[in-house]
Amino acid sequence: MSARDEILAAVRGALRDADRAEAPVPRGYRGAPPPADVVSLFAERVVDYRATLSRCTPADLARTVRAALGSAENVLVPESFPVDLGGVADADDLDSCDAVVTTAAVGIARTGTLVLDHGPGQGRRALSLVPDVHVCVVREDQIVPGVPEAVALLDPDRPQTWISGPSATSDIELNRVEGVHGPRTLHVVLVGP
Amino acid sequence: MPAFPAAARAALADSQLRRNLAHATGTIRAKRAAVVAEVDEWEELRLAGAAIKDNTLRHLDEHLLTLEAALQERGATVHWARDAAQACEIVAGIAKNHHVDEVVKVKSMATQEIGLNEALAEQGITAWETDLAELIVQLGDDLPSHILVPAIHRNRAEIREVFRRRMAAAGRPAPDDLTDEPAELAGAARLHLREKFLRAKMAVSGANFAVADTGTLVVVESEGNGRMCLTLPEVLVSVVGIEKVVPTWFDLDVFLQLLPRSSTGERMNPYTSTWSGITPGDGPQEMHVVLLDNGRTRALADSVGRQALRCIRCSACLNVCPVYERTGGHAYGSVYPGPIGAILNPLLKGVGVDEQTDSLPYASSLCGACFEACPVRIDIPEVLVHLRSQVVDAHRGGAPKPEAVAMKSAAWVLSDARRLTFAERGMGAAGKALNRFGRAVLPGGRRAVRRLPWPASLWTGARDLPAPPAESFRAWWRRTGRR
Repeated sequence: MSARDEILAAVRGALRDADRAEAPVPRGYRGAPPPADVVSLFAERVVDYRATLSRCTPADLARTVRAALGSAENVLVPESFPVDLGGVADADDLDSCDAVVTTAAVGIARTGTLVLDHGPGQGRRALSLVPDVHVCVVREDQIVPGVPEAVALLDPDRPQTWISGPSATSDIELNRVEGVHGPRTLHVVLVGP
Repeated sequence: MPAFPAAARAALADSQLRRNLAHATGTIRAKRAAVVAEVDEWEELRLAGAAIKDNTLRHLDEHLLTLEAALQERGATVHWARDAAQACEIVAGIAKNHHVDEVVKVKSMATQEIGLNEALAEQGITAWETDLAELIVQLGDDLPSHILVPAIHRNRAEIREVFRRRMAAAGRPAPDDLTDEPAELAGAARLHLREKFLRAKMAVSGANFAVADTGTLVVVESEGNGRMCLTLPEVLVSVVGIEKVVPTWFDLDVFLQLLPRSSTGERMNPYTSTWSGITPGDGPQEMHVVLLDNGRTRALADSVGRQALRCIRCSACLNVCPVYERTGGHAYGSVYPGPIGAILNPLLKGVGVDEQTDSLPYASSLCGACFEACPVRIDIPEVLVHLRSQVVDAHRGGAPKPEAVAMKSAAWVLSDARRLTFAERGMGAAGKALNRFGRAVLPGGRRAVRRLPWPASLWTGARDLPAPPAESFRAWWRRTGRR
C-alpha cells in the first residue's frame, strides 16, 4: 500500500468511533465594531512597529517618496508604480540595489500591517525583500480595520507578503534588533485624498 | 535522553540558565498579556480556533484529499510520508535529482521532529538553518530549547563566542572586532547568511497553515529569512504535518489573529508569506509538499489526546509554565518542550515505549496556566492526567513500580476499618515524634521532614513530608463523644 493510502486509512481508522458532527464556529469577531478612525490607528500602529511614516496628497507623492529614499541611488521601481521616479523595474543582482519602492494591496489598521499581493506597482516578492530600504505607498482608502476584513478582500491565488514593520529578531536575550535579513528600514507613505 | 526528573535536576543546578529563562519567559508573558488585552473578542477567537481545528480533524481524510488536489492543480508535487525516515528520504531524493549538496532552511518544527538535517548530512547534503536562533544552535552543536526562541538558554557573550569560533568553518567568518551587542551579532549573521541565500538552489520549509480549498501554504516569521528561502531558490520543498490543514482561506482570519499575539506577543509578526502553488516569474518554479504523519494518526486515534493536534506551535504554554520556566527545554528531551511537549511526545510516540517519554506526563504541576494561555484551548492538564493513566496501564504486569506497591498497601489498609485504626495509631505516634523533632516548619507552623531513608526518599527527594496529626479525625470524634 502506498504511504498515501496508508495514512488515509490510518486517519479513517482513528476516526472510526469519533463523533464526526460539525461543531458550530462562533463568527461574531467578524462583526466587531471598527475603530473610530482607522487611518489614524493605522498610522499610529505602523510607527509603533518602528517604521517611519509620511503622509501626503496624490499631488505630493513623487516628492514625498523621493524624500523617503534619501541618498539611495540604485532604486527599484516596479512596473505600473503610480508616479514616475526613474529607477529600474527589476534586476538580476538585487543585492546591489539600495532601495525599492512599491505600492500595497491592503493596509490593516489594528495591526499596522501592509499586505502586498505582488500585483501592479509591487513587483515580484524578492524585490521588496533584498534591498535594505523599502518605501511602501498605501492609500487611505486601502486601509481596513482588522485581519478578518483583509483576509476577506485578498485573493488566495496570488502570493502574498504581509509586512509589519522592518525585519526584526528578538533571538538574542529578547532584545529587538531591526533588519536581520529583510529591509532594515521600512518607510510607509500614506496617501490621503 | 535521561527521563525528565534526572534531566530537570541537572538543569536546575545551572543558575545562568535559570536567570536567562526567568528573564525571557517573564518578558514574553508580559508582552502577550498586553496585546491579548487589546482584543475584546479574544475568548470568542479561542473558541473559533478550537472549533475550526476540531471540525478539520474530524474530517481530516477529506480535507487532506482536497488539499492534495488543490496543490496539484496549482503546479505543486505532493508526497506523503508515513514516518520520519520516509520524509527525509523524499527530501534527500529531490535534492539529489537537482544535484544540490546544500539547502537553506526556514525554521520548522516538523523538519526538526524528523531529524532532517542529520538525515541529509548522512547523504552528503548540508542543510543551513537561517533563523538567527537556529543558526546559533546549529553553529554551537547545541539543541533548541524553546519552540519560538530556540537559543533562549544562551546569553549574548555565549553567542559571540559561538560566532567567533564556528562561523568561519560554515562560510563567511565573523568580523574580527565582533562585540556582544545584539545588533552587531545580528549584523554578522546577516552577512554570513546572505551569501547562502543568494547562492542556494533549493530551500526547505515547514508551514504554519495549509489551506485545503485553495492549496495555500502560510509561513509566519520575523526576520525575513523565511521570505529569502521561500522566494530566492529555484526549488522549494515544504514539510507539512497533516494536522496543519485548515479548510478554507477565510479560516485564516482567526489564526492570523491568534498566533502572533500568543507567540511573540506582537499584534502581528513582521512577515507572513502565503503562496498557492507556482507563480510564473515570481519565486521557485518547482514546488514539493511532503504531507507528514509520523505519529499524528496515532494521536488522532486517542479520543482525549486528539485535541493536542489543534496546536499551532505558538509556545504560549511554555512561557507560563512554572516547570518549564525553571528547567528549560532541554530537560524534556524532545523538539517539543514544555506543557505541549509533555503531551505531544507521548501521543506521537505512544506510551510504554521508553522511560523518557513515559516520564513527560509527570513533568507538570497540573496548575492549568497552560490551558488558560492556549489560543486553541487545548486542555493540557486533562490530557496529562489521561496520559498518566495510560503510562500506569502500560506498566501493569511485570515487576511493579515502588509507587504501585505503595498504592496497593494503602488500598489494603484503607479497605478495612480495623487496619485503618491500627495504622492511625502508628501515625499518631509518628506525628507526635515528628512534631517534636521535625526539622522543617511548613507555613502554618506544622512540622515536616525533609528527607526519609530509601525507598521513601524517592518521594521526599522533591517534597517535604508534613507531620501527621497527633490525633486522627476518628479518634477525635470518639474522644469528644459526638456520635
